[in-house]
Order: sequence, then C-alpha cells, then structure tokens
Amino acid sequence: AKQIIPQKHAMPQQDPLVRSKNFAEVALGYDEELAVAEAERCLNCKKPLCKQGCPVGVDIPEFIALVKERKFAEAARVIKRTNALPAVCGRVCPQEHQCEKYCVVGKKHEPVAIGRLERFVGDYVMNMETEIEKAAPTGYQVAIVGSGPAGLACAADLARWGHSVTVFEALHTPGGVLMYGIPEFRLPKRIVQLEIENLKKMGVKIETNAVIGQIASLDELLNEEGFDAVFLGTGAGTPYFMNLPGENLNGVYSANEFLTRANLMKAYRFPQSATPIKVGKKVAVLGGGNVAMDAARTALRLGAEEVYIVYRRSRAELPARLEEIEHAEEEGVKFLFLTNPTRYIGNQEGWLTGLTCIKMELGEPDASGRRKPVPVDGSEFLLPVDVAIVAIGQGPNPLITKTTPDLATNRRGNILADETGKTSKEGVYAGGDVVTGAATVIKAMGAGRAAARSIHDYLMSKGPQKN
Amino acid sequence: MYQIVSKKTLAPAIHEYEILAPKVAKKARAGQFVILRVDEDGERIPLTIADYNREAGTITVVFAEAGYSTGKLGKLEAGDAVQDFVGPLGVPSHVDKFGKVVMVAGGVGVAPVFPIARAMKAAGNHVVGIMGARSKDLIFWEQRMQEVCHQLLVTTDDGSYVRKGFVTDVLRQYIEEAGRPDLVMAIGPLPMMRAVADLTREYGIKTMVSLNSIMVDGTGMCGACRVTVGGETKFVCVDGPEFDGHLVDFAEQLMRSRKYKAEEQLALNRAGCGCGGGGKCHG
Ligand SMILES: Cc1cc2nc3c(=O)[nH]c(=O)nc-3n(C[C@H](O)[C@H](O)[C@H](O)COP(=O)(O)OP(=O)(O)OC[C@H]3O[C@@H](n4cnc5c(N)ncnc54)[C@H](O)[C@@H]3O)c2cc1C
Ligand SMILES: Cc1cc2nc3c(=O)[nH]c(=O)nc-3n(C[C@H](O)[C@H](O)[C@H](O)COP(=O)(O)OP(=O)(O)OC[C@H]3O[C@@H](n4cnc5c(N)ncnc54)[C@H](O)[C@@H]3O)c2cc1C
Ligand code: SF4
Ligand code: SF4
Ligand code: FES
Ligand SMILES: [Mg+2]
Repeated sequence: AKQIIPQKHAMPQQDPLVRSKNFAEVALGYDEELAVAEAERCLNCKKPLCKQGCPVGVDIPEFIALVKERKFAEAARVIKRTNALPAVCGRVCPQEHQCEKYCVVGKKHEPVAIGRLERFVGDYVMNMETEIEKAAPTGYQVAIVGSGPAGLACAADLARWGHSVTVFEALHTPGGVLMYGIPEFRLPKRIVQLEIENLKKMGVKIETNAVIGQIASLDELLNEEGFDAVFLGTGAGTPYFMNLPGENLNGVYSANEFLTRANLMKAYRFPQSATPIKVGKKVAVLGGGNVAMDAARTALRLGAEEVYIVYRRSRAELPARLEEIEHAEEEGVKFLFLTNPTRYIGNQEGWLTGLTCIKMELGEPDASGRRKPVPVDGSEFLLPVDVAIVAIGQGPNPLITKTTPDLATNRRGNILADETGKTSKEGVYAGGDVVTGAATVIKAMGAGRAAARSIHDYLMSKGPQKN
Repeated sequence: MYQIVSKKTLAPAIHEYEILAPKVAKKARAGQFVILRVDEDGERIPLTIADYNREAGTITVVFAEAGYSTGKLGKLEAGDAVQDFVGPLGVPSHVDKFGKVVMVAGGVGVAPVFPIARAMKAAGNHVVGIMGARSKDLIFWEQRMQEVCHQLLVTTDDGSYVRKGFVTDVLRQYIEEAGRPDLVMAIGPLPMMRAVADLTREYGIKTMVSLNSIMVDGTGMCGACRVTVGGETKFVCVDGPEFDGHLVDFAEQLMRSRKYKAEEQLALNRAGCGCGGGGKCHG
C-alpha cells in the first residue's frame, strides 16, 4: 500500500505574537506545491466517507484528484456544483465535525486537509472571470430577505434559472454574519464582497437598508410589490443575555454588538471610522463557541491586556472550531473552564469592574448524554474585568414573524420549514439559522439552495413563464 | 445615496432636513425613527421622524449638532446626499382616542412630538402642547405646533420668551388648574423626561416617554439599546422607542447614555474643532 504522510501539511500562518496585534488574516493558505502535496495524501476512495460528512455533499475525491493533476480551475468547478463559496467554507467550516471527521485517512493518521484544499481551490479561481450560464428570463420575481449565506446561495441558483431576484438586507452592507460577525482575520471581507459582486453580475438586485417587516410586510411583497415567492434567510441575530444582576452596566456587551462595532463599523480604525468601541484592559468573554473565540481574539487585537474565556464545561466540550480554539490559545487568550458567571459588579458611575463566577464540576450525564456541570459550593470568586462580552447564543429576529401571523414558528420563534424550505404560508420559503437556530455557514447555504430548488418547482408549476 | 432635498437651520446648530427616501416615506408613522450614515466611515445616527410627505417621498428630520457625527451631518447642504438611510424603525406611537392628551416637548423634542400631536388630534383627542427650550433662540416650530394643538403653552428656562420656567413647572400648573389629563407624553432630554414622569406619578397620570438610547443596528441585533422597564430588559429599537415613563429605569439610561463620553470627545478633538460637543463652532 501507498505510504501516507501521517500529518496534514501545516498551514502557513502569521506568527501568534505579531497577528494578535493586527487584523490581517491569520492562516495564509497553501501554495500550489503544498496543495498538490496534501492532495497526494487522499486515497481517492471508491466510497468516500468524507462526502457523507459534508452537509452539501461536495464531491471531495473528485476535486482533490484534480488538484493532484494541477487542474485547479476544474477542481473549483467540481466543488461549485454543490458549494458556491469554497473560499468561504474552506475557511470557516467546522471540518473536524464534518468532512474530515469521516476521512478514512483520519482513522490512523490526521485526515486529509479537505478544508485547506477547498480554500486553496476557491482562492485560486477567485479573481478569474467566471462565465455565467443563465437561463432565459422566466418573468417570475423572487424576493430574498437577508443577505447571509442562506440568502446569497438561494439568490444565485434562482438567478441562474432565469428568475428575477431582489435581495433585501436590513444593514447597510450585504453578507450577513460573514460581514458583521466573523472577523477580518478569519474571513477577509473582500472575499465576501467579491461573491456579492458576482451575484450582481448575474443580475441579482441587492437593496440594502431595507428592513422587511418595517418597510414592507411579507403580504405586501407578495400582493402589492409583485413578488411571486419569498425566501426568508434572516438568520439568528437576536443576542441572548444571561439575565444576571448588573447585565446593563456599561462595559457589558453582547458579542453581536462588540463584533458589529469592530467588523461592520470598523471601530478598530476609530476615530477615522467614527463608531467607538470600549475595549477594556481585562475582558471576560462568556461562552465557548465560534462567536466567543471571535470576540476574545478581536478584543486582544484591539489592545486588551488580558482576555478570559469563561466557559462552564471543559475544553473537550467547547463548541468552537478546533482551529479557532488553538489559535486563541496561541495568541494568549486565557481559558477558565468549569466556571460559570453569577453576577456583574459595577462602580458608582455604572461601569463594570468585575464578574463573580462560581466553579463547576461535571455531574451525572443529562438527557443528551453530556455530563451536566453543577456548581461547587463555596467556590465563588471575583474576576476583575472592565469589559464583559456575552456570547451564549442568538435567537431569531421577530420583526417578520410579528407582522406575519400566518407564518408558523416554534416556541423559540424559529420559522417552521420542511427540508425543502417550505413554510406554512404559500409562496414563502425559509432556511438557514432562522429555521435551525444558530448553525453553520455551509448548512445555511445548503438550506438556501434546497429552497431555491423548491421555489423553482413551485414557480414552474404555475407555468414556464409568468403571464 | 439619499438626497437632502431641503435644509433649514432652525436655531443655532439645529437643522431641519427633508431627505428623499420614498419607500420610507410611504410607511413612516408618528413615533418611528430612521438611522442614517453620512458617509462610508460614518456612525449610524438614529433620528426621529419629525414629518413625512408621502407624495414627495421625503422624510423630515430635525437634529441638534451634539457631537462629531451630527456635526458632520450639519455641514451638508441641500442637494448633497447621505450614504445610508434606513427606516421606518421602531414601533409607531399608540394613537387612540384617550380624551385629553398633554404633549410635552423639551428642546429638539418638539420635532418628534409634532407628528404624534397631529395624529392625536386627528384621532379626536383634546391636545394640549407644552414646549420649552433653554432660551428664545432655541424655540422653533411654534407655528406648526399651534396648528396641531388645541392649546399651546411655551416656556423658556431663562425667561427670554413668553415665560420663565421648566416644562414641568408649566405641566404642574396646567394640571392644578385644568385637572388631570388622560395621557401625558414627553419627549426631550432624559432628565426632562424623568422629571415629567416623576411629576405625573404624583398625580397617577399615564405617561409615555420616547427613549434615545445608544444604538447601532436599530433592528434588535446588537442589544446596545438595552433599557430596564418594569424590571425587565427591553431593546429600545424594536420594543420602543416609547415606553411607560413610570416604569423606565432613568438612572440606568442616563448612565448608559454616557458610555462613550471619552471617545466622543476624542472624535471631536481629532476632527479639529474641539468645541466640546456644544456645537458652537459647527453652525
Ligand atoms: C461571530 C460568529 C462566528 C461564526 N463562525 C462560524 C464559523 O466559523 N463557521 C461556521 O460554519 N459558522 C459560523 N458562524 C455561524 C454562521 O455564520 C451562521 O450559521 C450563518 O451565517 C447563518 O446564515 P444565514 O444566512 O441563515 O443568516 P445570517 O448570516 O445571520 O444573515 C441574515 C441576514 O439577514 C438580515 N436580516 C435579518 N432580518 C431582516 C429583515 N427583517 N429584513 C431584511 N434583512 C434582515 C440580517 O441583517 C443578516 O444580514 C458564526 C456566527 C457568528 C455570529
Ligand atoms: C430613537 C432615537 C431617536 C433620536 N432622534 C433624534 C432627533 O430627532 N434629533 C436629534 O437631534 N437627536 C436624536 N437622537 C439622538 C442622536 O442620535 C444623537 O444625538 C447622535 O447619535 C449623536 O451623535 P454624535 O456623534 O453627533 O454625538 P456624540 O458626541 O457621539 O454623542 C452625543 C450624545 O449622543 C448620544 N449618542 C451617541 N451615539 C449615539 C448613537 N449611536 N445612538 C444614539 N445616541 C447616541 C450619547 O448619549 C452621547 O453622549 C435620537 C436617538 C435615538 C436613539
Ligand atoms: S463544504 Fe465544508 S464540510 Fe463540505 S467539504 Fe467543504 S469544508 Fe468540508
Ligand atoms: S475519505 Fe479521505 S482519503 Fe477518502 S476520498 Fe475522502 S478525503 Fe480522500
Ligand atoms: S440598536 Fe441594536 S438592538 Fe437595538
Ligand atoms: Mg458619535
């Protein structure tokens, strides 16, 4: 049998001490030689288990074989059959829980670096002219609400099939979490904007500064503005708080606010960019997911001296991508595991001065099989911090569901939709975080594309052309 | 881009702009607000909708130059355009036939009070307006208010116009003389709204206030605009901006409104005028 190099080819990256002070991308990407060498590690399995781990079923062995042959543009075409944004997903997918988790090489060694290869291929074709194949116009008009990965993916397919597509976005810049949430050092914004430019070239109209539910209701879009169908990809944008005493003290941020000020509003360039941000000397980030890692690493880059991740379970349970946890550790973020915040402490002027926490220990396994953390009596302690960032999750925004009583939701306010995106309301489809709750970029894109297919079928059932 | 169709300077460093935004104008209702950005580096500035013209497709905003961003906005002229303009945001005022309604406006608060007073009058209420400013030169829209109020009482802090006193002095006198109204609505600086709420609490009069918390997105996404109302955290941008004044934690709001004082000063100084936010050198 062929000799396999046991480890992935290392990702070239900025030195931790340098990068923790700048916003440039941390991981620099494979060059052609590294990519080909890594592709050589793939066994080109007949029954590729890796593919089953990918939520959109990217033809992984096929594209990696093309990388081996240095046919990079062709490799990109293979990926793009199922995943429109390889440059994005290669960077942000939690590969260790998806494709790479199932890679057979991974049974004995490190799995093939599928994500890194995907990123390489995505970057390789990024600035190339893409020929756009578009069907003849059908005359149907579709409104897409929200320009995150779900909305963008849905828009791309519908435009390709000849429908007239308008994307409505509440913020002043399209891209959803890819723009306002995930920081530049992990996902350069030019990549997202380039994809959006490509959509525009396909004829997709993007209306920013348009909050659906406020400027027009769903019924108005369907009945007055001439749209034949609507896709809702409004994401999970409403930040949850812990409802602890002192939560409204100055210095307590939601991760959404902190990251939006830093990313979307470019507060790291204050005052040239006019939006201010409070960074603090000592910062506590509450939570252990990607959002928490992003907030912690952003705080470091903005100049915080000490940044703590306060997480009530242990390292093994951290929901963030492994790479982000490692990067955070390398950059000097301090992790307080098995620690739960109980109260915010403030001074006379209403400024946060500390966070009281209690130590936790893992108790009996709960219904989900995870051992539930329980507080240790008498272990309360004070963590002096001047900024705290709450990153414990987000729920769906209620602006649309509030104004559309016939759109069914669950108890948490997520829109109910089947796997094809169909909701309880005729002509209205939904997908991404607004349906599933906070999930991943690739899942949102997959849902957007499934809904595009189902919207297309719905429109075609009315006739090939709008009369 | 959203064009400024007309500009009027109503008082020193207080301007009225009509901005072309037909879709917003079509939907705007009294009590709602917009968020605008002057340019690509700009902050998102929330401003209340002071009026709208659905035919012309314009929204009227009135703003005071309070610091760096509103100072920059104030330098624009008719024909210029702002980069971004989003709205209508927030829940419209609850307008109903209440009976007798007193609308209290402090400073620039006259502008947002105006469309609500007009809607209250149209709904069949007896509308009494109370408007106050620091001094005579800061009084504006008196004529417009006359038209939408059955009775209008004007006061200045320094007595340079009509009478001397705060709006709360006028309100107390009015209640003592004319009896309790069915609803009081107050819009102006936080201390003024707090003073009105404290006063009407004594009399047990239902009182609504419109909060100006610090915002970013204005769509419920960031939580910057948090306020405690009746012991519960609310987001001013989507749950408000109007709340029961007797339930609002004003002390917390005051403290939160000062969150970026140091940075705001820095932005102003860097901008080269260093006027300290009074806006005196922007006019
Ligand atoms: C900080 C952070 C880091 C993350 N890191 C990762 C990661 O590394 N890997 C990964 O796979 N996933 C990550 N995620 C999760 C991932 O970003 C989301 O699952 C994904 O973006 C969901 O896509 P979406 O299209 O459903 O919604 P979103 O990306 O949330 O986009 C929704 C868009 O709709 C707009 N909108 C909302 N309401 C309205 C309205 N009424 N009218 C008009 N527009 C509206 C919003 O402004 C927004 O632009 C991260 C999330 C965050 C917040
Ligand atoms: C719903 C709402 C409606 C408003 N309507 C009006 C109006 O009709 N006319 C008017 O003159 N002003 C209005 N304001 C206040 C106005 O938004 C602020 O004066 C302006 O944002 C200050 O920006 P600046 O950079 O010029 O001043 P800064 O020096 O940055 O700030 C001056 C003060 O304004 C407040 N402020 C600062 N940033 C914000 C922000 N992002 N959002 C809200 N407040 C902030 C703070 O309390 C600060 O101390 C409204 C605010 C809200 C939230
Ligand atoms: S899209 Fe994500 S999960 Fe699928 S192959 Fe690419 S990196 Fe793996
Ligand atoms: S499972 Fe691993 S080795 Fe097999 S095809 Fe997929 S990436 Fe290649
Ligand atoms: S301004 Fe962001 S939630 Fe209200
Ligand atoms: Mg400012």
